[in-house]
Amino acid sequence: MKNKIFSISLIFFFLIIFLVFYKGLQNSNIYTPDLEIKKNIPTFKAQIFDTSNEISSEKIFNNDQYYLLNIWSSWCVPCRDEHPFLVYLSNKKNLKIIGLNYKDNNKSAKTFLKKLSNPYELIFSDRDGIIAIEWGAYGVPESFLIYKKKIIKKIIGPLNKEILFEIEEIIK
Amino acid sequence: MNLIRSIFLIFFFLGSNLSYATNEDLQIKISKNLRCLICQGQSIHDSDSEFANSIKILIKKRLNEGSNEKQIYEHLKDKYGEWILYDPTFNKNTYFLWILPILIFLIGGGIIFKLFIKKKN
Amino acid sequence: MASLIGFNSLLFGFCFAILTIIFGIKNFRNSNIFDHKIIFFTLLQFIFVVVSFIGLIVAFINSDFSNETVFNHSHTTKPLFYKISGTWGNHEGSLLLWLLVLTLFIFLFLIKSKKQSKKYRILTLLFQQIIIIGFFIFLIKTSNPFNQIFPIPMEGMGLNPILQDPALAIHPPILYLGYVGSSIIFSAALSAGALNYISKEWAKHIKKWVLASWVFLTIGILLGSIWAYYELGWGGFWFWDPVENVSLMPWLALTTLFHCILVLEKKPVLSSWVLVLSISTFSLSMCGTFLVRSGILNSVHTFANDPERGLFILIFLFCLVFLSLFVFFFLHRDDNENTKSFFWLSKETSILVNNWFMMYFLTVVLIGTVYPIFLEVISSKKISVGPPFYHKLIVPFLIPFLFAMAIGPKLKWVKSELQNKINLILFLVVSILLSLLIIRLLDVNFLLNTVLLTSAFYLFFITLRDFFIKGFKNLSQNISHFGFSLLILSILLNNFFSSEKIRNLIEIETFYNTKTKINFESIKRKDKKNFKAIIGKFNIENSNGDIEILNPELRIYNQPNIVTSEADIKTNILKDTFMTMNLVQNQEYFNVRYQTKPFMLWIWLSVLLISFGGMVSLFKKNEK
Repeated sequence: MKNKIFSISLIFFFLIIFLVFYKGLQNSNIYTPDLEIKKNIPTFKAQIFDTSNEISSEKIFNNDQYYLLNIWSSWCVPCRDEHPFLVYLSNKKNLKIIGLNYKDNNKSAKTFLKKLSNPYELIFSDRDGIIAIEWGAYGVPESFLIYKKKIIKKIIGPLNKEILFEIEEIIK
Repeated sequence: MNLIRSIFLIFFFLGSNLSYATNEDLQIKISKNLRCLICQGQSIHDSDSEFANSIKILIKKRLNEGSNEKQIYEHLKDKYGEWILYDPTFNKNTYFLWILPILIFLIGGGIIFKLFIKKKN
Repeated sequence: MASLIGFNSLLFGFCFAILTIIFGIKNFRNSNIFDHKIIFFTLLQFIFVVVSFIGLIVAFINSDFSNETVFNHSHTTKPLFYKISGTWGNHEGSLLLWLLVLTLFIFLFLIKSKKQSKKYRILTLLFQQIIIIGFFIFLIKTSNPFNQIFPIPMEGMGLNPILQDPALAIHPPILYLGYVGSSIIFSAALSAGALNYISKEWAKHIKKWVLASWVFLTIGILLGSIWAYYELGWGGFWFWDPVENVSLMPWLALTTLFHCILVLEKKPVLSSWVLVLSISTFSLSMCGTFLVRSGILNSVHTFANDPERGLFILIFLFCLVFLSLFVFFFLHRDDNENTKSFFWLSKETSILVNNWFMMYFLTVVLIGTVYPIFLEVISSKKISVGPPFYHKLIVPFLIPFLFAMAIGPKLKWVKSELQNKINLILFLVVSILLSLLIIRLLDVNFLLNTVLLTSAFYLFFITLRDFFIKGFKNLSQNISHFGFSLLILSILLNNFFSSEKIRNLIEIETFYNTKTKINFESIKRKDKKNFKAIIGKFNIENSNGDIEILNPELRIYNQPNIVTSEADIKTNILKDTFMTMNLVQNQEYFNVRYQTKPFMLWIWLSVLLISFGGMVSLFKKNEK
């Protein structure tokens, strides 16, 4: 009798393990951060691109409109691909595009913008990538849609048509 | 029985670490405990990716500003989630993780003792 | 052409699986004598799998890109040796390797078990063929190594330089001989369990299979660690990565099983536990295969992830588990309830203590590896379980374990008194003093490390002394235990005395420190066939005035477009010096890491010693 209870509970136990593994297979393996809670944007001070002036985050994002923070570098190949989308978005009236120049040097960055045009209202420099980390970014390119000092949408990787459409829907 | 219990207690409490001689050692310790999130299974210390390098600079900066180890972990956990830490902290998500092995050890010991050891008659 | 032969060979092998099962069942029921045709069939089955495997190798050698596997994992400019080893370095090819070992082992088993009962041999064959059929179906349906693609590409995709390394090339075959070889123990134990055949004689018979599998598994794991150390560039050899854990778990179960067999050889006890361990070892192998190939875990070494394949292995694994549960609960009867009690100070008890701790270590590794999966499924939270977890839970328990390992072998069966107590205490005192001397030099947790080092030294001295007083008696056990003590000692001392210096240096710059002077003398650029190399020349001078030259290298490959950092490692008997050089984005300087790692060579040698002990035992038995 004891043996039977033991064996049945063991079978039950293994069934549960099977189900958990099965469910685990279904889950995606890519870790996407928890964005159900709209997080506040970080506070920081940064150097304005190509100047020696500093600006604080409060001053950058203080208007009542949408902002798109775009992390980019001249040495980043997908950034080239997404740049036309940024240029397109820069024409939207209620959206301002802010650039975070990531681990770059001024000369190459300026050449990049000259060649592909400059969609950014403002650019600040992040030489060691620390500010990007304050934003919770993984690398470059990455973009954040911001409204009223909260992050509404995080885009990992370059922009594409679908994401462009989503952004347009949100900022209407 | 009491002797065994006290030995266990000594091991677990004295497993805590003494303070580190230099900031540099602490930097290495922290970066070994962080996962490089864009690599496949490397610590921040071992990785040379841009992400890892930036985190290393951040650690150095914060240590120099006076943050301690726990504060740095909290800050990064806030940005990236618990996944970035290799040492799972003991919280409600990880009770079973830490306790289950110990429990099994104790149960195993109990089974062996009861079933196999001759009682002195 | 080779692919065609290869694929059809697989089908033939599959047919022979069915054939052996049919003939096996017939022979089981009917005559009293074992039908020798069955051995012939298993041989043919093995030969067909070999032919298939050779077919794939030929396709790789010829860079036959009409074969999808070859296209994905090879390249015309790969050196011949790596073209061949590329055969088993991918998912489909490694499954062929699984089949190779599975079919080889059942054939060898049938040949070497002629003295055993007919029913036992056939039932073992049947269980093994169930596994073999499962893998044939898995291979043919989801992981065919002979898929054709059209149009035929001109060039292949597989030129990852990190995978072109000699240790990595032979790591899978040797590992699989152990890992997959435990399948025969699984089948034989289930068969013996179902027939109530588990006994002293059975233990003697199965022991050499356990040992053989164990030796290969030990060396296989060693090779993987050596590859990680030399090739992956961060100077570590064990990272508690899921794939590493997945090879360690069967090893822990197999070692525990071996010790139980030692008891079972002498007394008819623990037969149920032996059955459980035999089942667990191979189940852990299968479970590991599932974890690694299904994409459910995130790791450095994962193969191409495919949930469909994962689902197949999962279902297959649980079929095997439920089959085992059925045999265990309904067919196996443990008759020997009365002779179960052991005296507290006896060899049996010390082996039970070994089992107790080994199973604990196994649960730590198992829980650490699969817990993140469970947590994520249940609560959608993602956590990491890394080295600190394993160290915190394993290291304190190593202390009593090492002491038990020193005392245990000295105890006699049934009842023992501790002889030579004075000698034992003397060695303890020496170990304590030695540890105190060493730990005083360091800035680490004092009590824990002193006791840990003491226990390692104690085992070391006791086993060393045993070589002299015991001579050839129990030599294999002594070699392995001594090797283990050496392993723990080497790892501990390596941990305590390793140092690392990380600096950003430009050419001609020198870094000074009270103990070392690192001079970045020059950079040389070389153009090789598939990469451009940047070789740094560094002069390192230590406080004694000795100068050492190290040349770490950066390789920029154009196909695939990656940069690898080749460490320069100088090994001598006392320490390794290890240097890597890395580019820093957007900067002129290089990030240079210089490490001194004492006793690395001893870590590798001690694992070899451990496996050597097992080999000695294997060959000793053959003489009888």
